[in-house]
Amino acid sequence: MNSASSLLLQFLELVTALVAAPLLTGWVNQCRAWFGNRSAPPLLQFYRQLAKLFEKEVVLAGNASSLFRAAPYLIFACMALASMIVPTLSTDLPFGPAADAIALVGIFALARVFIALAGMDIGTAFGSLGARREMLIGFLAEPALLMVFFTASLISHSTSLSTIVETLAHREFVIYPSLAFAGVAFTMVALAENARIPVDNPTTHLELTMIHEAMILEYSGRHLALIEWAAALKLYAYSCLGLALFFPWGIPEGTGLASLWVALPSLAFKLLIGGFLLAAIETVSAKLRIFRAPEFLGTAFMLAVLGMLVHLLLEKAT
Amino acid sequence: MSHLPLYAQIINLLAAALLLLSFAMLAQRRILSLINLFMAQGIVLCASTAVVAAATEQHHLYWSALITLVLKVFLLPWILHRLIRRLNVKWDIETLINIPATMMIGLMLVIFSFNLALPISELAGTITRSTLGIAMAAVMLAFLMMITRSKAVPQVIGFLAMENGLFFAATSATYGMPMVVELGIALDVLVGMIILGVFFFQIREQFDSLDIRHLEKLKED
Amino acid sequence: MEFLLGLPLLGGIVLAIFGHRNFAAEINSAFSLLTLIAAAALTVKIVADGPQLLFEEQFFVDPLNVFLVALTAFVGFTTSLFSRPYMRIEQAHGRLSAGRLRLYHSMYQLFTFTMLLALTTNNMGILWVAMEAATLTTVLLVSLYRTAASLEAAWKYFILCGVGIAQALFGTILLYFAAEKILGHEGVALLWTHLNEVKGQLEPRVLSLAFVFLLVGYGTKVGLVPLHNWLPDAHAEGPTPVSAVLSGLLLNVALYAVVRCKVLADGALHSNLASLLMMGFGLLSVVVASFFLSRQKDIKRLFGYSSIEHMGIITFAFGMGGPVASFAGLLHMTVHSLTKSAIFFAVGHAAQKCGSQLIENIRGLIKLSPTVGWGLMLGTLAILGMPPFGVFASEFLILTTAMKEQPWATPILLISLGVAFAAIFGKVQPMVFGEPAAKRLPHKPAMLPVFMHLALVLMLGLWIPPYLAEWYRQAAKLIG
Repeated sequence: MNSASSLLLQFLELVTALVAAPLLTGWVNQCRAWFGNRSAPPLLQFYRQLAKLFEKEVVLAGNASSLFRAAPYLIFACMALASMIVPTLSTDLPFGPAADAIALVGIFALARVFIALAGMDIGTAFGSLGARREMLIGFLAEPALLMVFFTASLISHSTSLSTIVETLAHREFVIYPSLAFAGVAFTMVALAENARIPVDNPTTHLELTMIHEAMILEYSGRHLALIEWAAALKLYAYSCLGLALFFPWGIPEGTGLASLWVALPSLAFKLLIGGFLLAAIETVSAKLRIFRAPEFLGTAFMLAVLGMLVHLLLEKAT
Repeated sequence: MSHLPLYAQIINLLAAALLLLSFAMLAQRRILSLINLFMAQGIVLCASTAVVAAATEQHHLYWSALITLVLKVFLLPWILHRLIRRLNVKWDIETLINIPATMMIGLMLVIFSFNLALPISELAGTITRSTLGIAMAAVMLAFLMMITRSKAVPQVIGFLAMENGLFFAATSATYGMPMVVELGIALDVLVGMIILGVFFFQIREQFDSLDIRHLEKLKED
Repeated sequence: MEFLLGLPLLGGIVLAIFGHRNFAAEINSAFSLLTLIAAAALTVKIVADGPQLLFEEQFFVDPLNVFLVALTAFVGFTTSLFSRPYMRIEQAHGRLSAGRLRLYHSMYQLFTFTMLLALTTNNMGILWVAMEAATLTTVLLVSLYRTAASLEAAWKYFILCGVGIAQALFGTILLYFAAEKILGHEGVALLWTHLNEVKGQLEPRVLSLAFVFLLVGYGTKVGLVPLHNWLPDAHAEGPTPVSAVLSGLLLNVALYAVVRCKVLADGALHSNLASLLMMGFGLLSVVVASFFLSRQKDIKRLFGYSSIEHMGIITFAFGMGGPVASFAGLLHMTVHSLTKSAIFFAVGHAAQKCGSQLIENIRGLIKLSPTVGWGLMLGTLAILGMPPFGVFASEFLILTTAMKEQPWATPILLISLGVAFAAIFGKVQPMVFGEPAAKRLPHKPAMLPVFMHLALVLMLGLWIPPYLAEWYRQAAKLIG
């Protein structure tokens, strides 16, 4: 193991994540605009928005605590860390052994706690409302996500994401029906966690239906920029996670930078397709009432459990 | 870690798809979508039968795949579509009580049937032996669906779905029953469906509704 | 053999065309008579030559099923005699149109066909198909009046028996699953005779599960508690001839299927799981049915529950096993079929006379029509197990065997029989001897079948002809 090159790879992954995340969000928005027959905003719109927000001054509410100021940085750090754990360019990552799939769920949960606390910090009605809904959804989504990970872990006998990807990508081709269940469940969880339709609407301006947007209403300037960037990173991390678990082909196992020539284009290609599909899902489905969200996530959880059961029954012999 | 042959993997995948469809039917509110799901189940069944036929070179299974295709993918859904159009229930939405609870019960049933099938699966001579548990689970889920529905058409679809599960057990777990039996079963299902179709009209005529909660007059008092 | 199955099938087709004509009822009876003759011929042949396999082993006739074939053909014939005037009156009352009558006649023959097919087939799969077909034909028969209540009864019947019979199919699949390992794929793996030969090698765990499914599945059709809900409704709402054949024949055929499966399960299991299950279900049915009896207001429902009770007794007898119990079970099957169909004939006439099926509306039959009144009274006494009728003999045999083999069950059976006696007798007595409330209706009842059946039951109670006894003994040996 060449530690220098793997460190470099790890660094590269972070950079890719930071750069590609807004691009992915932009791409999804563009696809959505196409589906909706609207003229799409430019692909780089998100960068411009971030740049503009960074320049603006921060307006803080009079009763904002230090928590409110610290939250954006913490959330951003969490998301950056998450996208470093998920193997995208290589499975040989120094962070790999340190944090496995369960830790990843923990990191997402940490970010959620902070954003919810920040939402309630100012004491506006919408902030608390959004925070409460966010916690409800998180509470339901996390077990489902864990179940998805467990299914994948059962197949590869490890909770380490790197090992899972290695097992799935670099062994003889085998059809895992359980992963089909897990894949559907994961997609549902990812939709809920990233505040997409049908659980939340990322572009809504109607405060009553907001979840994610309601919590960050009070943010401005660079704080808002960080949070927006973190949200993009979260979407990116989830997408990469999905790709790594269910379409792991193209992630090189070996060390060395030479494999990047395969890894980068394949990642870009898969993200393009994934973003397109995400936009397609969002276009064809209608937003659920918030009270139906538990049903939606309950189904996700059930599918994940089913996946695990199917694995135990069908694939045990393998 | 040794791997199953490819066709067995495909059958396993189809088995999983069947299970998924059964759950989808359990949670589906709209009658029209229910019929489409039933049709999808038919397609899965037909595909799995064909795969088994190709893998084991039992030619009579091609025939049963063909029967499945004609009966369950075209004929029965067509009859059902016609029925709901003529009965004006095409857009009917059923108010289901408590889908998550139903799902949870469904999950229990799946675990139960897997447990029941596990010792048997180990004895099977066929490679696709583990599908028996899935077939049993599909039967149980269809059963649950029949219990939870209060409208006549979904109940019948549940009945047909149960038959699908049984058929899957017959083809995938045991590589097909003798042809004459399969023909008989197919005939029975078809005739039963036609009789029920007539029945729907009678019931609606009598009760002005297809809600079988009206059919609770005959009770012990 | 060809005639036995061909005639009712042909009859079904012919009556589908001519069933609405005036002479349809006579054609119906004629076909039933011919079927009876074919059955008698087959019986004579089997008794003389022993068990036979026919048509590339697809059909199998041994003393066990030929006895049921004869019974089925006989009751089928007498019921067709009864239904001739009965259905005419129903038509005259405007409850049935000509088209319905055609459906009725055609389905009656097809129903006979499916039952005979179920009895004679050697293929467990075809057995299932025939049972399902029998369900379908009887669903149409039960819903014949197209009233709200009859539709409800038919719907319940279809759904419950459909679900039940689906369980039986699963059991059949499991059976095949166990058998194909030994017998291979060549299609013989579902033939009962082949299964019977290798039953010792069948995998016990699969077979026990298969038997549970088969028992639950066909048990639904037998009307075993707790799967009995359809039975009283279907009996009460269908035309009376249909109630008679349901009780007298279909339940027997379903029980026959269970017994065939039990023989296989016993051979494979090396334990008495099958016996215990059957005894348990049987006993439960007896107890529950007898306690429900006293709550009935509808005369046909009352006797529907009585059928459940008797099916429970027979199931219990077969569950105990052994030559005496099986002998008694077979005898009870026969006498129950004859008595119960006779009762339904009488009840049908009584209900027509009074224009109601409710017990409180039927009063003083003995004055309205002495033959109907006496027929009902004697039938009731017979079914309640009064000596010297045959039911007494078979119940006595079952009880004494139970006392010896399963002493714990005897008091339960006795109490249930007592409760049933009190309930049924208490309800029938005022019907027959009370003050008549209804006016006399002019039509003449066809009481010949009633007294024919009762005479046979009486004979079986006093004296079982030696060849019949020998025949029962052979069949009982087959059941084990």
